[in-house]
Amino acid sequence: MTTYTHSIDGTGYRFEGLRVLLARASPARAGDVLAGLAADSARERVAAQIALSEVPLREFLQQPLIAYEHDEVTRLIIDGHDTVAFAPVSHLTVGGFRDWLLSYAADATSLAQLAPGLTPEMVAAVSKIMRIQDLVIVAAKCRVVTRFRNTIGLAGCLSTRLQPNHPTDDRKGIAASILDGLLLGSGDAVIGINPATDSLQAIIPLLQLVDDVRERYRIPTQSCVLTHVTQQIQAIERGAPVDLVFQSIAGTQQANSSFGIDLALLAEARAAALSLQRGTRGDNVMYFETGQGSALSANAHHGVDQQTCEARAYAVARAYQPLLVNSVVGFIGPEYLHNGKEIQRAGLEDHFCGKLLGLPMGCDVCYTNHAEADQDDMDTLLTLLGVAGCTYIMGVPGADDIMLNYQSSSFHDALYLRQVLGLKPAPEFQQWLQHMGIFDSAARVHRLGLDHTLLGLTGPVGA
Amino acid sequence: MSAPVSKEGDAGFCWQRLRAFTAARIGLGSAGGSLPTASLLAFQLAHARARDAVHLAYDVDRMLAGITQRGWRALAVASAVRDRAEYLKRPDLGRKLSAESRVLLGDQQPAARRYTLALVIADGLSALAVHHHALPLLDRVVPRLLEWGWDIAPIVVAREGRVALGDEIAGLLPARLVVMLIGERPGLSSPDSLGVYLTYEPTLTCNDAQRNCISNIRPEGLSYDIAGHKLVYLLEEVLRRRLSGVNLKDEFDLLAAPTATAGLVE
Repeated sequence: MTTYTHSIDGTGYRFEGLRVLLARASPARAGDVLAGLAADSARERVAAQIALSEVPLREFLQQPLIAYEHDEVTRLIIDGHDTVAFAPVSHLTVGGFRDWLLSYAADATSLAQLAPGLTPEMVAAVSKIMRIQDLVIVAAKCRVVTRFRNTIGLAGCLSTRLQPNHPTDDRKGIAASILDGLLLGSGDAVIGINPATDSLQAIIPLLQLVDDVRERYRIPTQSCVLTHVTQQIQAIERGAPVDLVFQSIAGTQQANSSFGIDLALLAEARAAALSLQRGTRGDNVMYFETGQGSALSANAHHGVDQQTCEARAYAVARAYQPLLVNSVVGFIGPEYLHNGKEIQRAGLEDHFCGKLLGLPMGCDVCYTNHAEADQDDMDTLLTLLGVAGCTYIMGVPGADDIMLNYQSSSFHDALYLRQVLGLKPAPEFQQWLQHMGIFDSAARVHRLGLDHTLLGLTGPVGA
Repeated sequence: MSAPVSKEGDAGFCWQRLRAFTAARIGLGSAGGSLPTASLLAFQLAHARARDAVHLAYDVDRMLAGITQRGWRALAVASAVRDRAEYLKRPDLGRKLSAESRVLLGDQQPAARRYTLALVIADGLSALAVHHHALPLLDRVVPRLLEWGWDIAPIVVAREGRVALGDEIAGLLPARLVVMLIGERPGLSSPDSLGVYLTYEPTLTCNDAQRNCISNIRPEGLSYDIAGHKLVYLLEEVLRRRLSGVNLKDEFDLLAAPTATAGLVE
């Protein structure tokens, strides 16, 4: 194991191996303190960052953070590494890589070509020596486009997942939230329901509900019921209308095992979804969610800091060509991300790392009521992510998810971000919104008459 | 506008009718594309309420009294956490018993007896949830299990507890199966949502894939009757299949529920 050293003001700092070096270099956050991995002082952190900046990128290929023999995510990362794509930066150190990313030579094309040559550890490492503005400007240069029934991730676009959750999966309640979201221009990334009850009997009627709405109003979008992947495979086997298959994923084999999944199961799920051939514009059929702290929460982090574990989850995601990936950044709670500042930094790191690895990265801009955060913190993160070119955000009625008990972004938040940054929904969806009279030609919400056809969505109740 | 439809009075009426089906913040109207003032301030108030609820202390005495009033035995324990602030920062300590509690539980059962079921009521992130809902839920579950002759351990009231604290408790009692009733993280519209976690043969290295969960138990969410019915059903299935967690799904039948001498009722 390599020992990395750096001296500051006559004090020598030693870091045994890349795992320790990465953890000590990580900007401060509660989860790394909880795991006993964080730097002991501000100076130690900067010493680690300086030492990290001098590490050649190649070293991350030679020294896996978690043993190749014991972790299938490590094997996926090492075996899947594209040395040809890596060539343009293979001579660089982490610090040199940061300079290259910021250079004018790094543009949408060169970054897309580079993505298969990067490992999550390289990307996590460089993020640790980047400030917020670096994370924003580099992510904004990346362009990742995916397709199912519409086109996600084009320049100048911001999509939204309409998240109409209901604590008892009441169909009329869910329909009412879908109606509200559509009338405010939300839902082009996916109409995705987190069911309260994790059973096949509960999810099939929900899949049917969203599919009926989508068919009836010819909405160019896709649907998803976010339950365990095994349930969705069974739903497909029973002939249910499954567009996207969802799964929460993490960056170590052991953490994935705590979710009840492995890589083979994800491949099986993808094959099942592809077999239905429901996509009209493309075949990106997977939807993944992640979040810093999930590996530690499952006691499956192997001494790796939470941000690096998170980046490793993106290596899992990219193996399955997903339509959508988002970190649920503030959901996990204050023991991992203590306050608004930590949540903001983490959200931008996750978006940056995902984009650099070639993922259609969105973000659930969110917090819980036991975190030291509020709506002002979310507005800040939302705005920064918009500037960074975030692929999509969540749309929850009034930002209040009444099933999962946390605050996410609202339909109004998306309208704010689109207005202030001149962003539009996916083009197919934008066209539909205008056709339905929901948006005007300047993508502003119209006042709709009570005779609007969409009001039939909730049945006789809403008409 | 007061809602994203045109005729003011009718629009409000339309959303009002839809709100009968969901507590979601629908039909808030908009100022430009942004939230109108009344909706913005209503949100701020709800958040203020939730923030205050997170820090409410668990009334352990009242819970113990409620249990003994029903003729059931109860024990009070605490996690290794010192106070609420530490609870929020150190989930690892919330999963471990305090040294005193470990001794207390270890002393309960001198013989080589093993209960079928341990029930634990922990405050979690909302003491309000367990104050309101834990006993009404148990009223729909415990009498039925006792009728069937289940050997249930004294009910454990655990302060500053996390879900996995139940694993250590079940190991010490000892019990084959643990059910943890715990306050879920408060939402803006639901400061008092109760969660229930079932784990078969819990160990200190259990992970979440080995648990089954019933969430959002409160009158406005999953009712006591439905939650109780589901819990009893899951308990039977877990014992029959001798497993809990993701592998339990859609697998039925086999074996009969075991019987044993009563342990809960004195």
